[in-house]
Amino acid sequence: MKFIPLIWAGLWRKRTRTIFTLLSIVVAFILFGVLQGVATWLNGFGAGSHTNRLYVVSRISEIQPLPSGYLSHITRVAGVRQVAQVAALVGSYQQPTNTVVVLATDPRALFALYPEWRVAPQQLQALTRTRTGVIVGARVARLYGWRVGDVIPIRTSVLKNDGTTNWSFQVVGIYDSPDQPSEEDRMIANYEYIDEARHFERGTVFAFVVGIDDPSSATRICAAIDARFANSADETLTQDEKEYIQGQIRQLGDVGSLLNAIVGAVFFTLLFLTGNTLTQSVRERIPELAVLKAIGFADGSVTLLVLTEAALLCSAAALIGLLAAAALFPATAALGIAGTTLPAKVYAIGLLIAVGLALMSGLPPAWRAHRLQVVEALAGR
Amino acid sequence: MGFYQQTGAISLMSARSLPRRLGASCVIVVGIAGVVGVLVSILAMATGLIQIANRSAHPDRAVVMSTGTDYETLSNLSRDAVRIIADARGVRRDANNRPLASAEVLVLVHLPLRAGGSGNLTLRGVSANAFALRPELHVVAGRMFNPMLRELIVGRTAQRQFRDLQVGRRLLVRGAEWTVVGVFEGHGDQHESEMMTGVEVLQSTFQRNAFQSVTVQLDSEASFADFRASLAGNPALAIEALRESDYYLRQSRAFTRLLTLVAYLVGGIMAIGAIFGALNTMDAAVSARSVEIATSRVLGFEPGAIVTSVFAEAVGLAALGAGLGGALAWLLFSGHAINTSGGGFTQLSVPVVVDARLVGVGILWACVIGMVGASLPALRAIRAPLASALKAT
Amino acid sequence: MTAVVSLQKVAKHYVRGTQRVEVLQRLDLEVGSGEFLALMGPSGSGKTTLLNLIGGIDRADQGSVMVAGEALDKLGSRALARWRAAHVGFVFQFYNLMPMLSAYQNVELPLLLTNLTKAQRATNVRAALALVDMSERQAHRPAELSGGQQQRVAIARALVADPTLLVCDEPTGDLDRTMASQTLDLLEMVNRELGTTIVMVTHDPLAADRASRRLHLDKGRLCAAAAELAA
Repeated sequence: MKFIPLIWAGLWRKRTRTIFTLLSIVVAFILFGVLQGVATWLNGFGAGSHTNRLYVVSRISEIQPLPSGYLSHITRVAGVRQVAQVAALVGSYQQPTNTVVVLATDPRALFALYPEWRVAPQQLQALTRTRTGVIVGARVARLYGWRVGDVIPIRTSVLKNDGTTNWSFQVVGIYDSPDQPSEEDRMIANYEYIDEARHFERGTVFAFVVGIDDPSSATRICAAIDARFANSADETLTQDEKEYIQGQIRQLGDVGSLLNAIVGAVFFTLLFLTGNTLTQSVRERIPELAVLKAIGFADGSVTLLVLTEAALLCSAAALIGLLAAAALFPATAALGIAGTTLPAKVYAIGLLIAVGLALMSGLPPAWRAHRLQVVEALAGR
Repeated sequence: MGFYQQTGAISLMSARSLPRRLGASCVIVVGIAGVVGVLVSILAMATGLIQIANRSAHPDRAVVMSTGTDYETLSNLSRDAVRIIADARGVRRDANNRPLASAEVLVLVHLPLRAGGSGNLTLRGVSANAFALRPELHVVAGRMFNPMLRELIVGRTAQRQFRDLQVGRRLLVRGAEWTVVGVFEGHGDQHESEMMTGVEVLQSTFQRNAFQSVTVQLDSEASFADFRASLAGNPALAIEALRESDYYLRQSRAFTRLLTLVAYLVGGIMAIGAIFGALNTMDAAVSARSVEIATSRVLGFEPGAIVTSVFAEAVGLAALGAGLGGALAWLLFSGHAINTSGGGFTQLSVPVVVDARLVGVGILWACVIGMVGASLPALRAIRAPLASALKAT
Repeated sequence: MTAVVSLQKVAKHYVRGTQRVEVLQRLDLEVGSGEFLALMGPSGSGKTTLLNLIGGIDRADQGSVMVAGEALDKLGSRALARWRAAHVGFVFQFYNLMPMLSAYQNVELPLLLTNLTKAQRATNVRAALALVDMSERQAHRPAELSGGQQQRVAIARALVADPTLLVCDEPTGDLDRTMASQTLDLLEMVNRELGTTIVMVTHDPLAADRASRRLHLDKGRLCAAAAELAA
């Protein structure tokens, strides 16, 4: 557009001021990008979830065990295709900081319930044949350098009948999960072996994973399963996958609102800065704006000029900030966050905020420019 | 005029012109208020966590769990193990020569929160000697539970966090009805966020045969080493003894570290943004006063005095911002509790503690930001060529 | 000779604090096409206000203002802006160039309001710059030009859209004698060669001498120049 040189000139009137303001906005958007990325990642948990999977846990609390005998009852509920019982062993490999999670289950049922986890059929066969066998996730296998055939010792807090807490498993296979690589960190073992060998809590599981035929009947089936065990000593809570995951996230509590509060504070203070910069800039240029009007620029055109400057400043800075945030985001993996790219949603919200910022900080000076009377302005010299 | 008088005179001049530069000055104040507010708020949570840990901790008490876990809930101790622990060396005994030890079992109960939603509340089954062991806990409403019956007492903090835990209420837990018979307090330590009942009745209700931890009172702080050695002498027992203070610190350590990291990271980034804002403001301030400053220099005022006055203005505004931010953090959050699981299993009620130390940190940051923001403009003020600076721009 | 400017019974007042100041008192004025008019008078006499009314950047309280065939008092502010772009060029005492734009870009400014293509604009700008003899320094910013040079660029900007009327407010007020003289030469040339009507406010008698007609304004009233004005 032919007016670009004019707008550009307006922005760079005071170089240092524009640069400092720009940098401030960039920094604010870096912070926004990273925090919003974390928040979106948290909320997005369960977004890709399969609505034909349900989770049954104890109503008392998630870590309260349920009797494994519930399996047959759950299987008989109408609409249920497949059920797998799951007990868990939390332990460490070699060093106490190398945490591993072993899922004790019926391997065939489990892999049938999680079709997105790929494993070679012969390896699955091998697991059913090998009592102490385990199929490990590709990520954890890579991490510790495990290969098929290795025997791995795991130390846990779960006591075995022989009085020790040392468990050992034989790696008979490796599974991967291309869609959700973060799920390649489990170890799948045989429930019978673990249940027989452990000293406490025998005959219990911590959850049942239920596969249903028709996702739209999820609510009905959840209610049916819970009704089956209502008023028993171990009441159940059945949820679809998304609710289950979100429930666990919600336990983190006010994290979401904390992040929002921080971002809000940042942009509020930024508003002051940009508003002040733009107001100052317009104030200094009153004679020039008056000349533009004298030459024949309409009031509306001059207002638009000021707003466009504001928009240009804010969106350019926002873009730089967001790109920088995208570059920094993978570093959050250090805090345990598994996202490597900034979600697209963050860019969208970011640019929206940039426009809002431009409008809010640009409107007062733009209005001033609009109402500027040529005569007064020129006389003020 | 001496250096200080000069600085004072110049600062006074600039203070008088401040109203004209109100907008720009607000930028520093608000910007720093934001930085300090956020920094202090998050650090206040970490402070609260550490405070709970410290209050709950007694260095002359020890907690024993099975090895390989940080959390009681994942621990398992047999009856034999419990007996050996209670009889170990270094454990204080009461008037009847019974060891001051309490073998305990925890269950987590999912209950509705007052704030909406629900959370996990710890129900701790304790042995007979538990309250002799923990003299800081006392029942302040209702009465103590009867260990043979399904009765429980609720900690004051837990009662504030969760719904329907008043004395006389009944809870349905694992198909059985429990009655709340009392409320207890304990100087704000972790147990106040729990409920307590008799360990045997808890075991029978939940069909548990084992215990999860044993807490013992030691003869003295120094007896810990002896106690630990005595247990180590029994390698078949896969157990680990910790001082109670270390135990609590370990639990909250990860979350505290995370909070502190987040606070300084976020605060740091905001501070960088604030520095640019401060640079802007002081740049504008110096520009607006360029004629004044040039005149001062011509008259013979030392450059040092001028520089100091610029710094003084920046730091003054920054301190104002810090005060504002700290006050906001205190007003909005102090005394409130943030409910979070903190990555663990139970719902923690973390008090937000805005104390003097934090405000000090905030002011320190503010001063640094102000100084950095003033540095370049201050240099510019004294290096500008006099002749051109004297002309009105 | 057709009248380019025709003011009838024009009055204007300002309110200063609580006082009402009558700046122009039922003025009549006609300026013919091709005239070079100098408006003189003591400060506060209202000459700048009169100029502003002629230039269409201020409105009269009463009376009719006809300039370049248009009744300005009947135009809305948008229409007035469009009219100004098409018919008037302004020259100010302090040049009022955009400091961040080059001389070329400054001159181009009025043309941005037209529908000319970039090439067409370039032709006109170069012609205007050549007219004022500033072609060599077209890439320079105002800060790099002397006062006289800046005023020449300002005149080029005022002329580039081929206006009917040139409105000048103390064009030599900030210049030394040599540069003032050069500027006035330029204005004379423009008036003579292009036939552009010029209305100039000045208190410099030397500037007024260059004009074809001189009018005196005193307390809001016009009178013919005093027969002998001491130089």
